[in-house]
Amino acid sequence: MTTQFVSSTTLIRALGLVAGICGIIIVGVYEGTLDAVNANKKIALERQVFKVLPGAKRVQAYDALPNGITPAGDRDAPPGAIRFYAAYDAAGKLTGIAAEGSSAGYADQVRVLYAYDPEKQVITGLGVVSMRETPGIGDKILVDQDFLRNFVALDVALTSDMKTLANAVKTVKHGTKANAWEVDAITGATVTSKAVGRGINQSAQTLLPRLVPHISQLTSRD
Amino acid sequence: MNNETIANILLTTILPGNFVLAMFLGMCPFLGVSQKLETALPMGLATAFVIMVASISAYFMNLLLVHFHLEFLSVITFITVIACTVQLVEMFVKKYFPVLFRQLGIYLPLIATNCAVLGVALFQTARQYNFTQSLAYSIGGGIGFTLALVLMAGLRERLQLANVPTLVQGTAISLIVGGLLSLAFMGFAGIGAGE
Amino acid sequence: MNSTISNFDEFMDGLWKQNPIFVMVLGMCPTLAVTVSAVNSISMGLATTFVLVASCMLISMLRHAIPKEVRIASYIVIIATFVTVVDYAIQAISLDLYEALGAYIKLIVANCILLGRAEAHAARNPPVPATLNAIGMGLGFTLGLLAIGGVREIFGAGKLFGIALFGPHFQPWVVMVLPPGGFFVLAGWLILFAGIKANKQRKIDAEQALKGAQA
Repeated sequence: MTTQFVSSTTLIRALGLVAGICGIIIVGVYEGTLDAVNANKKIALERQVFKVLPGAKRVQAYDALPNGITPAGDRDAPPGAIRFYAAYDAAGKLTGIAAEGSSAGYADQVRVLYAYDPEKQVITGLGVVSMRETPGIGDKILVDQDFLRNFVALDVALTSDMKTLANAVKTVKHGTKANAWEVDAITGATVTSKAVGRGINQSAQTLLPRLVPHISQLTSRD
Repeated sequence: MNNETIANILLTTILPGNFVLAMFLGMCPFLGVSQKLETALPMGLATAFVIMVASISAYFMNLLLVHFHLEFLSVITFITVIACTVQLVEMFVKKYFPVLFRQLGIYLPLIATNCAVLGVALFQTARQYNFTQSLAYSIGGGIGFTLALVLMAGLRERLQLANVPTLVQGTAISLIVGGLLSLAFMGFAGIGAGE
Repeated sequence: MNSTISNFDEFMDGLWKQNPIFVMVLGMCPTLAVTVSAVNSISMGLATTFVLVASCMLISMLRHAIPKEVRIASYIVIIATFVTVVDYAIQAISLDLYEALGAYIKLIVANCILLGRAEAHAARNPPVPATLNAIGMGLGFTLGLLAIGGVREIFGAGKLFGIALFGPHFQPWVVMVLPPGGFFVLAGWLILFAGIKANKQRKIDAEQALKGAQA
């Protein structure tokens, strides 16, 4: 078998050609789909926020950092920041805040969107963003009315110094809920129920101490 | 930002979230290399090592991509990084463990197309794990993969002595055994979930 | 040179004789993971077909320009490019579908079928037969995924393509939509095909024996 000596320049040229063609294709497709993708994300987000905050007409995204809240741009939240959504009704009044929480469930992450009422300092609604829980068992969090009732007035009040939640949100065994900050688990779907409780707790613990001191920034809009 | 504890990640990835039995990653070697225990174990360990190195490389690669807002290059860069990692591991094994190198043969470079390796990089990025979490995830993944491979090999060695009907021989019975293993591992669900 | 194989044969070869899932048992990872419903199966199948066809076409067009020393690296870059394309295309089309398929879309790049086909076929044939073979193989793969996903959806959720088949009292066979179900359903199909093949063989043997006896 004759071995041909292939020069490095030929190899580099070939790789360069491939890289060039592929680069053009990728960048072209990325730029071409960017608008559609962003539009889809916005639509999906609004759909979810409106579901947990009925009566809302407009959503404005914010990032909560340790030193304050800033309106969010098109990009994802920077590391260390928590994104939340302020919802306003047709008259421009703040109807509530929506934020995401996520925690490991039975199969994969369970991501939820919860609605927060800054005046009463309670969670008023829950929506599931994504989950891969077991059909018929874990996915009951979507439809079980008793479970969903947990989130009509879930207490997430802050301590007087506004540094932390007065009482951490905790998922308890079905039927043993005694306090407004507890979540009654679904029988037989404890893992998924706990994931929801944990996700909300972790999110609220970080977000609310940053958000509540600056809440007037959100209400004083047009 | 992700709040899972290291212990949680390790336990879940090895048992109920096992890469092979729950997430179907790394099926090619699982069905292809698991006939004998003595080849399955080194294969599993080699893959575990590659998974760990690839995970670390992917973590830093991702930091770069995010910094320059080049996330759309993630697929290309991850697979290239993995291919290079496998190449380096291959040279390393050839030099320091020549017997192992001969034993693994063509399956060593094939680790580059192993879904488990790319899967670790992709999933750890999607779940936004920090460095220690990613490390735990990859170590757990490697251990889980090796565990599944070794279990499968042990069972298949036994199967060779059993009376398997002709129609079911080969891939079909391996899949059924795999399914039973997967079912068994589901019993570990919730083992790592905190509180 | 394969000039004697017609283009139609190329297509059928990929679709049936060398069906990637049932014959060559390739591309298992996505096969078992996302085939929990018919819609997911078809989407994953079509996405993979797109990557397969596009990459085989490009590789075939560039086959004389890529020296063999760097061929694997080039194939991987080309395949990864089209996987990225399909990833963003799906995001632009339907975010719900994107969530359902998850990271398995990006994992298409590790699917053995793509590299295998590029190396075995696209690199040695002109674009037209290469593309047709890729289309056939892609469709074969999609049909395979649909076979698994359809069964899992029917038994595991009582629906097909989202349409409920049985009444509201249907008790879903939950294991079907869980990981073990994927293993079992694929095994089931393989056993079925083995059975069909064995039956055909038996008939051929019987005819031979008959001819032998009559001679």
